[in-house]
Amino acid sequence: MSALIQEMSDKAQRLGIPLAVQLDLTYRCNERCVHCYLDHNDHGEMTTAEIKELLEQMAEAGVFFLTLSGGEIMMRRDFFEIVEHARRLSFCVKLKTNAVMIHRSEADRIQELALDAVQISVYSHRDEVHDAITKLPGSLKRTIAAVRLLVERGVKVIFANVLMRENFADYPGVQALAAEVGAEFTIDPTITPMMDGDRSIMDLNIERAQLQQVFRDASILGTSPEEFCVPPGGPPAAEDAQKMLPCSASHTFCYVSPYGDVYPCVQFPLPTGNVRASRFLDIWKHSPQMLEVRSITLSDLPVCSSCSHGGGSCTRCPGLAYMEGNMRGPSSQDCEKSFVRTGVETAGMLIRREARSIDGLVQIRNSTAGPRSPQAAKRESLTPWWSAPVFLNQSECQSWAGTEPEEGGGCSPATREASA
Amino acid sequence: MSTVYIARVKEVAARSIGGEMMIMSARDSTLFSLNETATAIWQAADGVTPLAEIVQHGVCAQFDVDPATALRDAEELVERLAQHGILKLSDHPIVEAK
Repeated sequence: MSALIQEMSDKAQRLGIPLAVQLDLTYRCNERCVHCYLDHNDHGEMTTAEIKELLEQMAEAGVFFLTLSGGEIMMRRDFFEIVEHARRLSFCVKLKTNAVMIHRSEADRIQELALDAVQISVYSHRDEVHDAITKLPGSLKRTIAAVRLLVERGVKVIFANVLMRENFADYPGVQALAAEVGAEFTIDPTITPMMDGDRSIMDLNIERAQLQQVFRDASILGTSPEEFCVPPGGPPAAEDAQKMLPCSASHTFCYVSPYGDVYPCVQFPLPTGNVRASRFLDIWKHSPQMLEVRSITLSDLPVCSSCSHGGGSCTRCPGLAYMEGNMRGPSSQDCEKSFVRTGVETAGMLIRREARSIDGLVQIRNSTAGPRSPQAAKRESLTPWWSAPVFLNQSECQSWAGTEPEEGGGCSPATREASA
Repeated sequence: MSTVYIARVKEVAARSIGGEMMIMSARDSTLFSLNETATAIWQAADGVTPLAEIVQHGVCAQFDVDPATALRDAEELVERLAQHGILKLSDHPIVEAK
């Protein structure tokens, strides 16, 4: 992370400024990706006027980094009108898209908009694998054609390669394809539950051994595997834990759905208000739910505050912990990730193992109750591990909040600069 | 230096965070942070007001600084911002089509 971006993030946090927002323009999509967590039906998206008004409120509130995502953002006929409005308001805009609707004219318009980056989902370098995931025949060819158009025009393109069992073997191919077309490359080794809590798609997650392979691949870590997988240094001191925040959610970042609902993060489905009923800044500043999330420090987490990973090797996502039932609890996905990364079990894993052993004893004593239902057994089998969507080269959760490539420029008394 | 006119480039993102102007260049994703004085110059860069006038009225009037030093520093600043593609410089007024 550059010192300047960290400084900006710290300042925004001190001043209570929502520095970064992800706004999903629609949940509709022209692909039907097997791992997608969204309901693609339109349940009452914000109108063009509502979105423009929201953007004005966000600019006034100090939002600088704006990610427009979906669904497929270009399914909205007013997409360019919205982005143009955002740029007029001087947001630093990043788009997330599958790019299949980007042709020459769209690429020209995107170039003119001077965006920060366009992040594009690519699952494989092979048509049959990519298209089987998107369920849109010809989608890889269309996506890559669009990538080439954008790169030719000097637009920064980032490949987002979500890893699942069926495409895991292809990530080196996607990485090579990114290099060939002039795009950056990130991977996301995790699948998260549906927004409605359905966890069936988590069967798609890669296996532990595959995650270990990812965590030891220097070409995607951005650092040496030895450094990345260093054993945890023990829990932080109590006085430090009181100052340590779980992540940027509700501190400098929040998420707005196509229906105007505001949440602490994309993966933190705790409703805090709706911009159709309240002003954005009022929700940010005064929503009891937003304030509750904001009040939590590491010392408030009964399990994680005593965990040996708490000092640095943990990437606990409070939203995923919330989806497991307790925003102050551990996220089993992230516990697993810390374990795979370092070989050291987390406090959450030890507690769960203890609970399972007690549960086993109880079952023996109550053996007349019969075996557990197949549904219960299936639910358990689906949750051996799962973790937050961490883009290893540029953390999705943290990219706007702080984690960025190294500082690139010098300083002068009047200006400071950093390559982001 | 002859009369210099300065104009903000449209292809940047900018936001004031607690009085400090953050500017992101779309050309190379370089992030700049302008201090209070530089922010005053940036905000006054309308393309038609000469830099010397901006310094005289926007900087010297607000900040306790020697006019000659302020102008020299401002010229250095705008040159640097122009090199990074976030400010335009010209010896004629810069009027952009809306």
